[in-house]
Amino acid sequence: MATDVTMPQLGESVTEGTITRWLKKPGDRVAKYEPLCEVATDKVNAEVPSTISGTLLEIVAEEGATVEVGQLICRIEEEGGAASPQPVDQGRESSPSASASAGQETPSMKRRYSPAVLRLAQEHGIDLERIEGTGKGGRITRKDVLQYIEGRKAASPASPRGDESPAAAEKKPAVPEIQLPAAGTSAKREGISVSLEEGDQEVPVSSVRRTIAQRMVTSKHEAPHAWTMVEADVTGLVQLRERLKNDFKEREGISLTYLPFFIKAVVDSLKEFPYLNSVWAGDRIILKKRINISIAVATDDALYVPVIHDADEKSIGGLAKAIHRLAEKTRSGKLTLEDMQGGTFTVNNTGSFGSILSQPIINYPQAAILSVESIVKRPVIKDSMIAIRDMVHLCLSLDHRILDGLMAGRFLQRVKERVEAYGPDTQI
Amino acid sequence: MPVITYIDAVTQALREEMRRDRRVFVLGEDVGVRGGVFRATNGLIDEFGEDRVLDTPLTESAIVGVSIGSAAYGMRPVAEIQFADFIMPAVNQIISEAARLRYRSNNDWHCPLVIRAPYGGGVHGALYHSQSVESIFMSVPGLKIVVPSTPYDVKGLLKSAIRDEDPVLFFEHKRCYRLIKGEVPEEDYTIPIGKAEVKREGTDVTVISYGLTLHFALKAAEQLEKEGISVHVLDLRTLRPLDKEAILEATAKTGKVLIVHEDNKTGGVGGEVSALITEEAFFELDAPVRRLCGPDVPAMPYSPPLEKEYMLSPEKVAAAIRELAEF
Amino acid sequence: MGEARHLSLGLSDDQVLDMYRYMLLARKIDERMWLLNRAGKIPFVISCQGQEAIQVGAAFALDREKDWLCPYYRDMGMVLVFGQTARDLMLSAFAKAEDPNSGGRQMPGHFGDSRYRILSGSSPVTTQLPHAAGIGYAAKLEEKDLVVLTCCGEGSSNQGDFHEACNFAGVHNLPVIFMVQNNKYAISVPLKKQVAGGHVYKRAEGYGFPGVRVDGNDPLKVYEVVKQAVERARRGEGPTLIEAIAYRLVPHSSDDDDRSYRSREEVEEARKNDPLLLFKQYLTDCGILTEEKERELNERIAREVDDATEYAEAAPYPEPEDLYKHVYAE
Repeated sequence: MATDVTMPQLGESVTEGTITRWLKKPGDRVAKYEPLCEVATDKVNAEVPSTISGTLLEIVAEEGATVEVGQLICRIEEEGGAASPQPVDQGRESSPSASASAGQETPSMKRRYSPAVLRLAQEHGIDLERIEGTGKGGRITRKDVLQYIEGRKAASPASPRGDESPAAAEKKPAVPEIQLPAAGTSAKREGISVSLEEGDQEVPVSSVRRTIAQRMVTSKHEAPHAWTMVEADVTGLVQLRERLKNDFKEREGISLTYLPFFIKAVVDSLKEFPYLNSVWAGDRIILKKRINISIAVATDDALYVPVIHDADEKSIGGLAKAIHRLAEKTRSGKLTLEDMQGGTFTVNNTGSFGSILSQPIINYPQAAILSVESIVKRPVIKDSMIAIRDMVHLCLSLDHRILDGLMAGRFLQRVKERVEAYGPDTQI
Repeated sequence: MPVITYIDAVTQALREEMRRDRRVFVLGEDVGVRGGVFRATNGLIDEFGEDRVLDTPLTESAIVGVSIGSAAYGMRPVAEIQFADFIMPAVNQIISEAARLRYRSNNDWHCPLVIRAPYGGGVHGALYHSQSVESIFMSVPGLKIVVPSTPYDVKGLLKSAIRDEDPVLFFEHKRCYRLIKGEVPEEDYTIPIGKAEVKREGTDVTVISYGLTLHFALKAAEQLEKEGISVHVLDLRTLRPLDKEAILEATAKTGKVLIVHEDNKTGGVGGEVSALITEEAFFELDAPVRRLCGPDVPAMPYSPPLEKEYMLSPEKVAAAIRELAEF
Repeated sequence: MGEARHLSLGLSDDQVLDMYRYMLLARKIDERMWLLNRAGKIPFVISCQGQEAIQVGAAFALDREKDWLCPYYRDMGMVLVFGQTARDLMLSAFAKAEDPNSGGRQMPGHFGDSRYRILSGSSPVTTQLPHAAGIGYAAKLEEKDLVVLTCCGEGSSNQGDFHEACNFAGVHNLPVIFMVQNNKYAISVPLKKQVAGGHVYKRAEGYGFPGVRVDGNDPLKVYEVVKQAVERARRGEGPTLIEAIAYRLVPHSSDDDDRSYRSREEVEEARKNDPLLLFKQYLTDCGILTEEKERELNERIAREVDDATEYAEAAPYPEPEDLYKHVYAE
């Protein structure tokens, strides 16, 4: 039975040795502990003794060879077959000191948000409920959030370029993302003490309501609101719509309302006044290239503000279809994230519930919001004569950090001109 | 570029500095004729003579004390403590004297001294030839502590240490001496003390380490790459002062930090790094800062199973990284 | 021909034969350890070769039933006399769990055994000297007439602890024998670079107690001076510093290569004064040791060493979990 002889560790920190001279050759008899060869290392020069008695079979590492500790240097045929006693327990695996005690159910880690996750969620206005956690116990990891952000960017690249822009304004979506505030903050009622009297009904605040509330507060708090209004004579528009609406309904299967006409006027005017299609970003104003119009759609319990992306590329008919589609989705609860993101200007059809004048709250972080009030017949002076005309108020709330009265006024003028230009022969 | 061992880099740095500056001299037990028990000062006595490569009597306190005196006079001594474990008799001189000389004299005197010592285990050194001692000195203002991991870093940092105007403790992991080889330029170059270095870029988990365990981390990272885990490895290189900027940057890279060192966990450098991270990079953290360190037993025993249980390894490091990556 | 030296010292023929046996045993164990080291079986050896006479001669002068030892890492001969066996030493060399010195935790040569009042030692040298003074002080408080023998090399005699221990023992008149085994080398550093003045024993004058120089190659001479020191101590007359001169026949340890700092000729010359050879000659001259006895002794010792080797090699290692034990009281 041949036994391997390996290079021993000849000193602390020695990792290899060079065979300088073999003292035995194949065929020689070797007694236990008799030296086999001489070895030189960096630290010591020594002889390697045989660990067994027998006959040297073959030399594997020749003179001059540098051999690592533990590598084979020669083989010896053992005599008698009496192997040297092996120590018990050699190389026993060390028991893992802190092995995971699998077995008991660990509570879900899904809502165990780390500081990084919370920070990113806040900076990017993310609803953590929407994200799948790939971490331990379903935990949402920083990576999960970052990937989510990347995915969102790819889906709706509202931001022109760069992740270098400060987190705040640029990346905040223009629509009410359901943003769950950190556990605990919403619980504080800010010291509001309201007494309950008999007959009072407590309605729990839904997350949607809570989010809307939050956004309203943020908008009013951040942006100094200014407001202005013009009055437009839309008699021509009314006539136009009268003429088209039945055919449109037949052809497209949907109603033709006034809203698409107003949106078109707004969109064309925004092209002339890019500052109305912008965002406040702290140390700079970002003029958004795309024109994505947020429209307000009311349901029984809440107001949703989906977005018509690239509204400037649509015709009035196209806008009408887009509006219809979004309204349907809203009512059936099928709005997607994409539908809600990226708005750059909001048009609010307050006229639909009879209002003739409103002071809308800006859809943060947009620069302005336009409400289109009810179209009413009123006596006005036209060509020095009293006439009954269809009149509508157009109200504009603006972020006074970005816009001042002059520019806002001019913009509104152009919108007014455009809506007043609609006539029975206008093509849609 | 020549590839040399960690210990050859030590010798090279010493030789070049001794040639460059006549004030530099080496002293310690067996450093002269023997060239050092690890051969770190091999050949120096032949070139510079026995006055500049001094075989001292067996007396650590005096080795450091004498060095302090010469340094204060204007020389540049490089003292060798044969094993870091034996630095204890010299602790009084190091902490009470060397660290405080400049401060107590209101900048009138200072102590440009280097103390080199091999530390660390995995060489069957048992309780008194395997210790890590850096944590003893971590809390002492006035001292600098350098622990290089590669031959390139050794040469550059030892030169900087010798040229530094303040006392520098220079700890060399003895297992690295012959095990670690690397490219080292033959020209003169220095590496600034107090600057860490990213030794490997990654995106999933950050490992902060130094010395031998830095190499374990790199090995683990290689293995984990195949499993789809990307590891960012920061080599501290200097323990005091810590490279705060680099530590925070490396933390922000992944949000998950594993600190690895061979020294005992409690009271070790890892605690200081961890405190720094939670204090200043709290919002970057995606997981608790973890430390993988030597166990809290007095030292590394002689018997192989016990030494193995004590020592870290690439496998132990990989397991810890994996756990953190999955968190 | 006058009375044989050992008889006038009060030692019987059997006793000196026993001395020789211990010296030979120490040597044979040591030689086996070097072999095992070169074979890669044990990682580390630190030797007593050349100093057996000092160790055995001194140990014989003490009371093995009540005196204390704070030895240093070469004192294999001493601990054997005090009760440790070849098996004990081999278990330590192989770092097995059954090792009485440290359960495999420390390197070989780090003796410690409460069975025989051998205090556990460490690697940082000279630390055992103040400990010895402490034991001496305790003995004084308890009014016990025990004696403590502590050893170190001539290199260690330059550590601060040496001065502090001697001074303390001197101030308090403690029953401590400080024995410096001067084997001419501290690893590679020779005596003239190590000891200012060249003589350690002369420092005793500064401490107010006797300093004695003795030929360390002769166990009987060492026995004589240690016996005197022991009797002084028991009479309450305080410490003694003994410097025993010998020569380290092998490198410092298995990690040292002495060819880089001393010539082969010097070592060969020293081997001529190998204490084993000299004492063997003495015993032969006295007629106590015959060729047959010598052979018998060698065979017996060879069997003892083989048995110890095999036993230790087969013995189990400590468990990895043992790493965490005994940091504090349990």
